[in-house]
Amino acid sequence: MVKEQEFLEKKASHCLGLAKKFGATGSIVVVKNSVSETVNFRNKKLDESNRSDDLGVSITTYIGKKKSSISSSNLLNDNLNILIEKCVETTKNTPEDEFNSLPDKDLLAKKAKDLDLYDNTHIENDQKISYLKKLEDAASHDKKIVNTESSFTQNKSNFVLANTEGFCDGYKTSSFTASSVTVAKDEKSMERDYEYSSKCFLKDLDDADELGKLAADQTIRKLSPQKIGSEKIAIIFDKRIAKGMLRTFASAISSSAISRGTSFLRDKVNQKIFSDKINVFDKPDILKGLGSRNFDSEGVKTDTLKLVDQGILKHYLIDTYNGKKLNLKSNGRCGGTSNLYFENGNINFKDLLNSNSKSLYITETIGHGSNIVTGDYSVGATGFLVENGEFKYPINEITIAGNFKDMFQNITLANDLEFKYATNSPTMLIEGMVVAGK
Amino acid sequence: MSNFFEKSDLSRNEAESIISDTLQKCDDGELYLENSKSETILLDDNKIKNSSYNSDLGFGFRAISGEVVAYSHSNEISKDSLRQSSENLKSTLKSAKGSYNHEIPKSNKKYYDNINPIEQKSLNEKIDILNDVNNYLRSKDGNVKQVTANFLGEQKSIEIIRSGGETLSDVRPLIRFNVSVMLEKDGRKETGVYGVGGRQSYDSYLKDDNWKKVCDEALRIATVNLESKPAPAGEMKVVLGPGWPAILIHEAVGHGLEGDFNRKKTSAFHNLMGQRVASEGVTIVDDGTIDNRRGSLTIDDEGTPTEKTVLIENGILKNFMQDRLNARLMNTRSTGSGRRENYRHIVLPRMRNTMMQSGNQTQDEMIRSVDKGIFAVSFGGGQVDITSGKFVFNCTEAYEIVNGKIGSPIKGATLIGDGPSILKEVSMVGNDMMMDPGIGTCGKAGQGVPVGVAQPSILINRMTVGGTKL
Repeated sequence: MVKEQEFLEKKASHCLGLAKKFGATGSIVVVKNSVSETVNFRNKKLDESNRSDDLGVSITTYIGKKKSSISSSNLLNDNLNILIEKCVETTKNTPEDEFNSLPDKDLLAKKAKDLDLYDNTHIENDQKISYLKKLEDAASHDKKIVNTESSFTQNKSNFVLANTEGFCDGYKTSSFTASSVTVAKDEKSMERDYEYSSKCFLKDLDDADELGKLAADQTIRKLSPQKIGSEKIAIIFDKRIAKGMLRTFASAISSSAISRGTSFLRDKVNQKIFSDKINVFDKPDILKGLGSRNFDSEGVKTDTLKLVDQGILKHYLIDTYNGKKLNLKSNGRCGGTSNLYFENGNINFKDLLNSNSKSLYITETIGHGSNIVTGDYSVGATGFLVENGEFKYPINEITIAGNFKDMFQNITLANDLEFKYATNSPTMLIEGMVVAGK
Repeated sequence: MSNFFEKSDLSRNEAESIISDTLQKCDDGELYLENSKSETILLDDNKIKNSSYNSDLGFGFRAISGEVVAYSHSNEISKDSLRQSSENLKSTLKSAKGSYNHEIPKSNKKYYDNINPIEQKSLNEKIDILNDVNNYLRSKDGNVKQVTANFLGEQKSIEIIRSGGETLSDVRPLIRFNVSVMLEKDGRKETGVYGVGGRQSYDSYLKDDNWKKVCDEALRIATVNLESKPAPAGEMKVVLGPGWPAILIHEAVGHGLEGDFNRKKTSAFHNLMGQRVASEGVTIVDDGTIDNRRGSLTIDDEGTPTEKTVLIENGILKNFMQDRLNARLMNTRSTGSGRRENYRHIVLPRMRNTMMQSGNQTQDEMIRSVDKGIFAVSFGGGQVDITSGKFVFNCTEAYEIVNGKIGSPIKGATLIGDGPSILKEVSMVGNDMMMDPGIGTCGKAGQGVPVGVAQPSILINRMTVGGTKL
């Protein structure tokens, strides 16, 4: 079982005490335990079982404006003694940085409220196995499916974050994740696709049949793909790809990229970076939310932020260090966003498909083609040609390219937002991108 | 070497008896113990932003019966913890009735020294070099707006205890030194990145002001990119420079030749053994035995000595890369390719240093032969869908070729191709084989492991370039 609060708090305060003893003027410590149990299936048979129990500590010590950190998975007192002494010693030898400091005391979170992030239910491996059997039966309903792989993971975590300003808090979280990956084959091609569900509470997890069937259907429809010519074309991003645009947006407005001057969105607060109808929220207090949290990784309180209001950028994502550098207060985003999402647009999915006589519907991208310094974007893509609102045939071995500065201004969103991941987007249409193919 | 049982209530003898008891009806398995120490020293935005040290200790206990793998890991090396893991494995493999394969090849060769690179250079020396890097770059070019440089050092000690008590161990040093520089000119920003590394001390790469060469290269790439034009879109001829562009080999064929995907028949290569998959003259090996290279290993993470495995010989597919599990199920032998990121992960067949051998042509000949195409010199990263065989990689330094001559630099673009057919489109192989600088990390199933690549210049007849200019 995952370690209880009391154990983690004791370790944390022991570490803070040691840091002080060795000469630190301030310190912050996180003690975390995570226990996962996974069962993997392949072609309707057990393939792998995996249990992991990870306990770890990370400590940052300050001496005035000097800072250093250590982390370890060995929590024996002997080892902590050696490591923390080493950490304080390294701190002494590291040059000062005027912006180094613990968070301002008045910004620290008050007592954590219950966001319903922990399900006490324990699912035994036998129950996971029967879920996966059902899933794989559904996934192999068509004889074009030649390989099925599926996985079920239960994770229970607990942590305590404490600092020398008196902050000490933490809480348990749980997640239950099922996934199905299928391979389909015909005379001309072999293709792979997947479906996935992850929830804080076991009872909310998608039905096994549905998950398996969806994965198989999404794979079969990719068979016998064609390559198209190079042209400028409207692109519709499936929700699972559209959310990636938000991830790029989040990296580009992180206070570290802004303060270093390495973002194409620097100095863009209060300017219009998206089209009028676009609103972006980061909401940490969604009950059972996959990205929900009570405070950030420095203990700073996190309020809901409307990051983009009618196309206008309103906030950066600010932590203590970069905030001080930019002369801004931390808004509790050390460690990134919580539940980040585009608000729904006002057009339905069908109408979005129909809004151009010809467009590309993208279901997968590969490659690391997002450059947040220049905003340039170029990735490999797989999807479907859409004509007059109908899926015509699958497409692969193409790339799609553009620049985020233009792409963001040309986004139209459907009204089909769902909270499947921590970062979510409705289906997204972007006009004016370039496809490279034949 | 680490003594994993020194501070534990578990003795080596007790551990051995739990291992043998757990694995008695299994086909394979072992206890893998790991103790790693690593450091990061980071300079960014004119300051030492981060000095951190990590010490990680733990074990992974694996039991295999038939195709089924049971795994359990923990960072507590104790009697209770190992017993609990043993119970987990036994409950998964209740009906195991295999016979343990005790055979494991031996070798006395070592491909790196038993050193701890972190301790070989003091913190102050490292900080001094980082500050020198910052000052050097900023004084060399007035357009430099940002410099990031870091040291990453690691020493990983591993021990593998097999059923019956056979023990294998290795101590692996690894370092990396990276420099990233951003230029700004007339409102336009571009970056250049370069690094060096391998399984030796920092000084082996940085002594005699060698760090300046790393800075110069990062600055050169950024300077070229400041002048870059939008990249073309569409199919064309591509000349790849030697060295690091061999990411192409890694993505296009490397992953597809890993044993697990071929046993499961999910790789686009699974039915191509013995067939032509590349042009004549193309030979590709995966070699774990080159001294001090980033992807080299004395033994793999199952204890098998590494080797030089011929994957493609003169265009014909010869071998897959195998770990013990996939080798047994495919009736072949392990190629010493069983690797894991750390004790938290199961073993998978992985690449080490993947290399295309030299041919006879020159880079000049290749460029002269192209009317319209691109010349790609440096790359960011790549990715592959092993089932469809489609792969991409991202240029970070490339030029257009017009009428046999190198033209303007072009913006970073993604190149996409088809793994099983791309090497048949290789029409010239250069005589200038070169290793990469030692900075590659390969990701698979959520696990990152250090790898190397190498190749000579090559000419590819047809590839899709993902630019914006139609």
